[in-house]
Amino acid sequence: MAILLNRSTRVIVQGFTGKIGSFHAEDMKRYGTKLVGGVTPGKGGQTHLGLPVFNTVKGAVRETRAEASIVFVPPPFAADSIMEAADAGIKLCVCITDGIPSQDMMQVKRYMRRYRFEDRMRLIGPNCAGMITPGQALMGIMPGNIYLPGRVGIVGRSGTLGYEAASQMKALGIGVSTSVGIGGDPINGSSFKDILKLFEQDDETDAVVMIGEIGGPQEAEAAIWARDNMRKPLIAYIAGLSAPKGRRMGHAGAIISAFGESAQEKVEILKEAGVIIVPTPSSFGEVVADTLARMKKAA
Amino acid sequence: MDIHEYQAKELLARHGVHVPRGGLAYSPEQATYRAREIGGGKWVLKAQVHSGARGKAGGIKLCANDEEISSAAEAMLGRKLVTQQTGPRGKLISRLYLEEAVDIAQELYVGFVLDRKEERVMIVASAAGGMEIEDIVEKAPDSILRTSVDPGVGMQRFQAREIAFGLGLDHNLIGKAAETIFSCYQVFRDYDASMLEINPLVVTRDGNLIALDAKMSFDENALFRRPEISELRDKSQEDPRETFASDRGLSYVGLDGNIGCIINGAGLAMATMDMIKIAGGEPANFLDIGGGASPERVAKSFRAVLGDKNVETILVNIFAGINRCDWVAEGVIKAIREVGVTVPLVVRLSGTKAEEGRRILADSGEAVIVADTLAEAAEKAVAAWRAAAKKKAA
Repeated sequence: MAILLNRSTRVIVQGFTGKIGSFHAEDMKRYGTKLVGGVTPGKGGQTHLGLPVFNTVKGAVRETRAEASIVFVPPPFAADSIMEAADAGIKLCVCITDGIPSQDMMQVKRYMRRYRFEDRMRLIGPNCAGMITPGQALMGIMPGNIYLPGRVGIVGRSGTLGYEAASQMKALGIGVSTSVGIGGDPINGSSFKDILKLFEQDDETDAVVMIGEIGGPQEAEAAIWARDNMRKPLIAYIAGLSAPKGRRMGHAGAIISAFGESAQEKVEILKEAGVIIVPTPSSFGEVVADTLARMKKAA
Repeated sequence: MDIHEYQAKELLARHGVHVPRGGLAYSPEQATYRAREIGGGKWVLKAQVHSGARGKAGGIKLCANDEEISSAAEAMLGRKLVTQQTGPRGKLISRLYLEEAVDIAQELYVGFVLDRKEERVMIVASAAGGMEIEDIVEKAPDSILRTSVDPGVGMQRFQAREIAFGLGLDHNLIGKAAETIFSCYQVFRDYDASMLEINPLVVTRDGNLIALDAKMSFDENALFRRPEISELRDKSQEDPRETFASDRGLSYVGLDGNIGCIINGAGLAMATMDMIKIAGGEPANFLDIGGGASPERVAKSFRAVLGDKNVETILVNIFAGINRCDWVAEGVIKAIREVGVTVPLVVRLSGTKAEEGRRILADSGEAVIVADTLAEAAEKAVAAWRAAAKKKAA
């Protein structure tokens, strides 16, 4: 089923009746996502976009058997909404919200650990474009038409750079099993490694593209994990070759503050771990095509 | 967001951390007046700029009388201080801080940062204070103590005590040191700081513990709930190009190249800048126009990029997801006519309605160089910049 999300995943929207929530809820529905309702505190009992609105996530889960939730709640209240989803038994939560304070995210991560691993919610984001299993379901804000259904997984921090990669692949006829945006914040729900583990286990994914950037330890951690545990080819690009030290490049997490966090250093670490490097952001398509061709030959 | 040393010290002092007596001055006269207020016979005059390593750059002077204070103040005010951390443009000195000189017996280092791997606040301390933490890591790695705070319950007093003992302090200082470290953590937490560094934290000859310097940065995502911190912003310490952009809600970082960039999305922006570099050019800036890319935002972005006099070519790269390329193209044409773009302009539109967008650009009669792919866009921008530079030289 690709990973995490398919056509039968029952999804609710938190921040459902707001302008942004409404816009993307319609878009997701159009794409084929099984949207079963939404949550806006104080608007419970109403119908919005033909779907029921609930006051609480628990209420929504009880009535709709929702398993997944996408959060469009403004930054001051977003952490609270994520914790509410975790407590209501939601299994997968995608948080699109950009601008959540780091201390709030530390609390969210700590809060989620109170549940047993088997019961624990998986959080994607925040500050991400969401995820898509092409041809099946969309839980995010990306344009569905740039993804061809297929067998290559994508995981990246950035939204539009992920679109760039997917459309270069589409131009060469290469499809995507699932694409996951883990977001540009310093503290995020799922790391590159978390998502790589899922792709490695997935029968419908043959190879994985990882789109990283400057700042933080996650790309290097993922590369080390892949070296020791991954049989499928891992292809990676790191953005930020031209970024100066100590300057935040848009994403709160895209800042070089320690050794090993610059693009050059990360590429070196990845290379040493045997990861296939995409040398320029215009060669995603080519490198993936080459890798797939070599796999076919070897098989 | 960074704040000044004197502002950080005020915050810390309010929470029980000992700092030297001091006062702010905007002129040499004020500085000498402050010396009278503080009393004593030795003072330290410190340039208030958002940077470390001020001492080596001439931003910190020990003074023994009015004349020395006055002439040091005269020399500093209005000048740009260039330190290892400011870049060649330096930072303007418009505020001075005068402090009583302290008799130092020992210098310690205490820092608080967000540890991204642990996803916790990490406390770093060392008995080898007085030099930059990078140098401590290199020269005295064994002196470094680390402990992290559980965000569920916050820092515990035993953790502060452990650090105090770990620093090898005299027994009668343990209580003071633990209290200081604990108070610093509370300030860090209560004001949503992203970094707090006391370097040095000094033991004085008369057995006190004093924060001799203080550096603080704050989580910009949390400023909405910290109005008292937002007020401390000093725009004179920012790159004016960045202030212009951030006042207009754009995410902009000024660099030293000649090719101005207008792009949607931080990752794609970095990737496009990389592509320019690979093609042989240098980007003048990072600019993420954000999700909407409405005509108004496009126009604002052009103004921000052209505010940099070094810009000799502009590259626009938009991957339209939820918006449409035809609208973006109209915005670009409108911006060219409103803002008046005289440098070569390369535009690459991709995603929803890209064909229509390109046609609008081609039919506009404006001198827009259209590119289809990311590589082509970067190559065309670098070629246009080279041609323009040649023409200028000729």
